[in-house]
Amino acid sequence: MEPIIETQKLSHIYSAGTPFEHIALDQIDFSAQKGEYLGIIGHTGSGKSTLIQHLNGLLKPTSGKVLVEGKDIWQDKATTRWARFQVGLVFQYPEYQLFEETVYKDISFGPKNMGLNEQEVDRRVREAAGFVGLADSVLEQSPFELSGGQKRRVAIAGVIAMEPAVLILDEPTAGLDPVGVEQILGNIRDYHKAKNATIIIVSHSMEEMARTADRLVVINDGRIPIEGAPAEVFSHGEELEAIGLGVPQMTRIFHRLNALGVDVDPSVYTVEQAKTAVMELLKRKGMM
Amino acid sequence: MALKDITLGQFFPGNSFLHKLDPRCKLLLVVFFIVSLFVAKNAAGYGLMLAVLLICILASKVGFKAILRGMKPIFFIVVFTAVLNLLYTPGTGTPLVEFWIFHIYWEGVRTAIFMVFRIMMLISCTFLLTYTTSPILLTDALESLLGPLKTLHMPIHELAMMMSIALRFIPTLIEETDKIMAAQKARGADFESGGLVQKAKSLIPLLVPLFISAFRRADELAVAMECRCYHGGEGRTRMRQLKYAFRDYIALALGLGLCAAVFYLNTLGIF
Repeated sequence: MEPIIETQKLSHIYSAGTPFEHIALDQIDFSAQKGEYLGIIGHTGSGKSTLIQHLNGLLKPTSGKVLVEGKDIWQDKATTRWARFQVGLVFQYPEYQLFEETVYKDISFGPKNMGLNEQEVDRRVREAAGFVGLADSVLEQSPFELSGGQKRRVAIAGVIAMEPAVLILDEPTAGLDPVGVEQILGNIRDYHKAKNATIIIVSHSMEEMARTADRLVVINDGRIPIEGAPAEVFSHGEELEAIGLGVPQMTRIFHRLNALGVDVDPSVYTVEQAKTAVMELLKRKGMM
Repeated sequence: MALKDITLGQFFPGNSFLHKLDPRCKLLLVVFFIVSLFVAKNAAGYGLMLAVLLICILASKVGFKAILRGMKPIFFIVVFTAVLNLLYTPGTGTPLVEFWIFHIYWEGVRTAIFMVFRIMMLISCTFLLTYTTSPILLTDALESLLGPLKTLHMPIHELAMMMSIALRFIPTLIEETDKIMAAQKARGADFESGGLVQKAKSLIPLLVPLFISAFRRADELAVAMECRCYHGGEGRTRMRQLKYAFRDYIALALGLGLCAAVFYLNTLGIF
C-alpha cells in the first residue's frame, strides 16, 4: 500500500555555510499509512519539530523529498499549497495563534483560506467545534475570554476544520491538567475514527504515547534509531534510556520483575496489559 | 526564516582596544566625533576624520565588511541627499552643467561629496560603537552619563531600564513572530502575494497574537520583577561597576584633540 505521507532521504541543515551550521535532520526516511495513529517521540532539539514542519511544506528540505499521496510537494507552488491543506499542523501551545473577534471566525480562518463557499465553511466550523466539544454558545464568544484548555481546543478545531487527511499535533497536551489531557486525546481519537484520518502526535511522554499510538517513531539527533509497534519499541529499554527518553513505568516494573527471575513478558506497557499478565501468571502457577 | 537574519543587537564580542574601553568613554568619543563631523568644513578636516575612523575600524577587528553591510539600508538616503545637494546648492561663477531647470555648480559637487562622506562616517562610527559594546553596557553607560539629570527629576533610571528590557526582548519577539507566522501559514495564510491592501490585511493574523503575547510577557515580567523586590532605581547597587581606566583618559584626550584639530583645520583655507 502506498503511504499517504512519506519522506525520502530528507535532510535539513540550519544556517548552512555559517559557523552556526547545524544538521537538524540527517537523511530521514519516514512514512505514515492512511488511517494510522502514529507517535513521534524525541527530546528537545532531536529534530522532531523540524521534521513535522517539513511534512506540510513550511520548511523546504536542504536535500531529499517529501511526498504527500505520492506527489512531491515542492514540484510547484500549487502543490505546496495543496499539501498545506492535506496535512494539518497544530503547533505547540496553539492557543497563542488565536486572533479573531469570535471563536467562530477564528475556526473559519483555515477553511476560508481554502476558498470554500459559505455553507461549506459553516458546516466545517460547526463540525470541527463538535469534535473538540465546544458548545454553540461558545462560538460567538471572544476566544480571549476562554480558559486555557478551551482556547487550545478552539485552536485545534481551527486546523480540524480544514479536514486534513493527515493531522499532525506537536505536544497537544503540554501544560494541561489530567482532565484536559484526556479530553484533548479523546477529541483527537474522535476525529481519527470519524474521518479515517492519519494522526501524527509528537510528544516526549512515553505513558501517553504508549496508550494511544499504533506505531512509534523515535527521533534522536536527526535520525530515526528505533521504530515499530509500542511493545517492540519499549523492548529497546536500554537504548531508550541512553537517548534520555525512558520507558513507561509499567514496562520498567516488568523488566525488573523479569530480571528478578519472574516469568512474565517484559513488553507490557499499560496498566491493562499488566493486569492481564499478572493474572495469567497466577493462573499458570495454580494460585487462582 | 528571513526574520532571524536581521542583525539588531549587532554586538561582535571581542578583545580589542575598542572593546575594552569604558562604554561611557566610547559614548563620549562618538559624540566628539559627530560634533567634529558637523564642524568640519574642508577636505583637510574630512581627511583627518576619515583617517581616524579607518584606524579605529582596524583596531576594533570587526572588519570593513561588517561596517559596509550596515550601510546597505541607508544607501538610498545617501544617494538621495547627494542628488538633492548636487542639484540645489546655489553657486557663484558659471555652472558646470545646465539642463532643464537645473544648474549644477562646483559648490554643489563639493557639498554632495562632503554630504556622502558625512553620512557614511556618521553611520560607521555609531556602528563601531554598537559592534564593540554590548547593549547592556551601553544602557549602563547611558544611565551613568545622564545621571546628573536625575537632580532635575528626570526618570533616567526608568528610561535605561526600559531600553535594556526592549533590547532583551527583540530576539524573543522575532522568534515569536516566526512561530506565529508558521502557525498561520499552516492554516493557509498567505503573507507574500496580493497587493498592498491585501498584504496589510494578511498581517492581522500575525500582529494580533504578537501584541497579545507581548502584553502577556510584560505582565509576567512585571510580576517577576516585583517578586524580586524591584522598586525603581533608588538605592539600587550594580553588579557591574563602571570604572575609568588610564586608557580611557588617553582616549578622551585624543577625542578632544581631534575636535580641536578639526577646528584648527577649518581656519586653513584648504579646498
